[in-house]
Amino acid sequence: MKQYDAIVIGGGHNGLVTAAYLARAGKSVLVLERRPRVGGAAVTEEIFPGFKFSMFSYVVSLLRPEIIRDLDLARHGLHILPLESTVTPMENGDYLAAWADHDETRRELYRHSPRDAEAYDEYGQLMHFMAQAVKPILGMVPPDPTSFAPSDLAGLLKLGKHFRGLGGERLHALVKLMTMSSADFLDEWFETDVLKATKSASGIIGTFLGPRSPGTAYVLLHHYMGELDGVFRAWGFAKGGTGAVSEAIASAAKSWGAEIRCNAGVSKVLVKGGRAIGVALENGDELRAPTIVSSLDPRRTFLQLLDAGALPDELVADIKQFKFRGSSGKVNLALAALPKFTCMPDGAGGRLHRGAVSISPSLDYVERAYDDAKYGEFSRRPYMDVIFPSMIDPGMAPPGKHVMSVFVQYAPYNVKGGWTDAKREAFGDAVVNTLEQFAPGFQSLILHRQVITPLDIERITGLSEGNIFAGELALHQLFFLRPAPGWAKFTTPVRGFYQAGSGTHPGGGIMGASGRLAAMTILKNGA
Amino acid sequence: MSLRTTPFHPRTGPLSEGQAWRRWAGYVVASSYELSHDREYHAIRNSAALFDVSPLYKYLITGTDAGRLLDHIVTRNVAKAKIGQVLYTPWCDNAGKQIDDGTISVLADQRYRMTSADPTLRWLHLNAAGLNVQIQDVSETTAALSLQGPSSRDILQLAAERDLAKLKYFRLIDAKIRGIPVTISRTGYTGDLGYEVWVDAAQAVPLWDALIETGTPYGITPAGMLALDVARIEAGLLLIEVDYFSSRHAFIEAQKSSPLELGLGWTVATDKERYNGRAALDAERERGPEWLFTGLAVDWDSLEQLYADVGLPPRLPTQAWRMSVPIYDRGGHTQVGYATSGGWSPLLKRYMALAHLGVEHAKPDTELRIEITVEHRRKQARAFVTPLPFFNPERKRA
Repeated sequence: MKQYDAIVIGGGHNGLVTAAYLARAGKSVLVLERRPRVGGAAVTEEIFPGFKFSMFSYVVSLLRPEIIRDLDLARHGLHILPLESTVTPMENGDYLAAWADHDETRRELYRHSPRDAEAYDEYGQLMHFMAQAVKPILGMVPPDPTSFAPSDLAGLLKLGKHFRGLGGERLHALVKLMTMSSADFLDEWFETDVLKATKSASGIIGTFLGPRSPGTAYVLLHHYMGELDGVFRAWGFAKGGTGAVSEAIASAAKSWGAEIRCNAGVSKVLVKGGRAIGVALENGDELRAPTIVSSLDPRRTFLQLLDAGALPDELVADIKQFKFRGSSGKVNLALAALPKFTCMPDGAGGRLHRGAVSISPSLDYVERAYDDAKYGEFSRRPYMDVIFPSMIDPGMAPPGKHVMSVFVQYAPYNVKGGWTDAKREAFGDAVVNTLEQFAPGFQSLILHRQVITPLDIERITGLSEGNIFAGELALHQLFFLRPAPGWAKFTTPVRGFYQAGSGTHPGGGIMGASGRLAAMTILKNGA
Repeated sequence: MSLRTTPFHPRTGPLSEGQAWRRWAGYVVASSYELSHDREYHAIRNSAALFDVSPLYKYLITGTDAGRLLDHIVTRNVAKAKIGQVLYTPWCDNAGKQIDDGTISVLADQRYRMTSADPTLRWLHLNAAGLNVQIQDVSETTAALSLQGPSSRDILQLAAERDLAKLKYFRLIDAKIRGIPVTISRTGYTGDLGYEVWVDAAQAVPLWDALIETGTPYGITPAGMLALDVARIEAGLLLIEVDYFSSRHAFIEAQKSSPLELGLGWTVATDKERYNGRAALDAERERGPEWLFTGLAVDWDSLEQLYADVGLPPRLPTQAWRMSVPIYDRGGHTQVGYATSGGWSPLLKRYMALAHLGVEHAKPDTELRIEITVEHRRKQARAFVTPLPFFNPERKRA
């Protein structure tokens, strides 16, 4: 039987990134994926003949530029196409648009509020500063603030110096971002409700919080850290869907000799004398390697792959406390034609459909959507982020036809009465009916509808409670607390067993940072 | 959707021979109307050039505290200005770093018009807390033409049917041109005799027609930004985002400048109470600024030699350039500053540049080196510190 240097459990983008970095360093690596294809939540599937969908994750921005460079992903087929605009239809028939061009966006905002048009630039600049300030942290193994180990002290010192270097104004802004709700933070800047609503939406994605919940301001910042070609806050669409990102990373890993085995679910990590020695597959096979990496979420990594007793009780308790609370769903639609939105019947020459359409007409609208979820219902009128991938990459649908991707929040995992087929369809109906109000006649264009609830996300991808970030992006679950105090440095109490998924620092989005940091840690430890 | 055109576009649009447009504050304006900007440039210095300057941001500030608000924001003393006076002034953040520069026109008692290069509405509001003042953004409703050059007065006197000889430099009057109410200010961005005409946007086209008709026998020439750029360098007038960065857009401290460093010390009042940046500017004045903004004249012989070395005649930048060019000390090894604009003056027959220099290297006639790329290789030409402006004709103020 072949002996590997490392086995990576889970072929999501982070697992693949870890595998690619290890293979690039000359290690023999095997990736084990439960599903028939790699990608995890970054997969493209032809759900309806001729129509391809980024089933779950649908846009790319946070993917670390150093990973694109290190793994030479462009050569392996990664092509990120720009997604330039966001249009928010309003309930009074008007709209708010942010276009790619600064002058045009300014003019559009000016229409709503001359003062906000100027504040928008200053706000953008501040967030750019803040993203730049926080960016080094994304590439850093979190130091443990309670430890006196030299490496931790050095890390803390570096961090302290970094924050002191920010200067007063930006440090204050950072503290505000860390403590405020996105609605309160945005109130300090803007007066236009629909603008605040649309901006606040990026503060709630993947959390079980509303725009008026404290802590959501930080998530705003998290979404500002997307960086494409050196430009912060640039969002893109991967040609071929997000599955193409996974495929590119997989291709890079394979080019350095990594093996990827699909339909190979892992049931247990084999531990002997406090050391990981291999894995047991669901089919009963056993494979050996001195280094085992789990890119699954923290609950699966610690509570499912390991036998009870392999871990200290405190850690088990911490992981049990770790919040998942999936709050979003996805509706994927095959369309006979593009829908016409009342607010912009001509679609601005196609530009509306080449960018995002945000269903966030007011702060109250988004907060009410959250109210439903708070009490265990899906939002009757949810927040939605809509894109038309076939308008950006025509290869996603047959010529003249279109695919529509609808990210929907809120859809609580623990919906009252549990998710049933009937409830799933009711949820899909709520989405379609809400959209129909902004784009009359839209329903008649639907050729096929796929509704994905958090329970479906969990069932298909394995993400616990269907949380798209492998654990909520809440302040108490970040940095040296992700996933648990003392275990935020990609290691585990089981020697030779590492964690690499989005449930570790910095977490969330198609970023790959945790997968890369895990690989660095493993290589440093001399795997 | 596309960029905005100015209220004069029905006239300026058809004039464009090469469709050479550029952006200015969300509008398109002509780079040059003719295929080359030469004739438009010479009109500025020889007859009269007509520029569409409508994209300027314009604010009408009225109310009992209007003067107080402006005095709180800008560095010039607004309270001392008389009705009919126009002030050129920078304004700063609290650290005394320049945000923008523009003009303040005292239109009447408690009635001011402010122009700026960047949107300033929010800044005005942020500073207006508790003041009795109304701030109106009139950028779109007010159109503006700039008529610059030795014949500008003759043309405008005829068009406005009144004697403009008494209208002094940086003063304004209300007038009518063919019945159209306008404000005429003796201001401009060329360092020449010249005027700016402010008009309700709805009357823009008839005003254009009136000036063209009256001015044609005098050689009036519609001119674009390329010609203006050469003239403003001759006049030593700085340009935001080119010669300095707004402190509100700068990413790092080193990108910011104070008015003292930009050669605008004369605009920084010492005879008024508090205003944004006052304490920092007082302290800076006390210790002396570290940088100075000054002219550089590139030495012809040295330039010619660099080209002769590769068998070429000297190439001259007839279009002004806008980029950062390193300036070295006489030895050529230590960088002592950087130039931000430069170009050939067809009038002065000089290669001019505007440069930020460490204060110890900024004394007039100091010999320095400017980097010049000749046939793909970086060379250095001799250059001498030259006080600004390069060009300052008597007619400007006469």
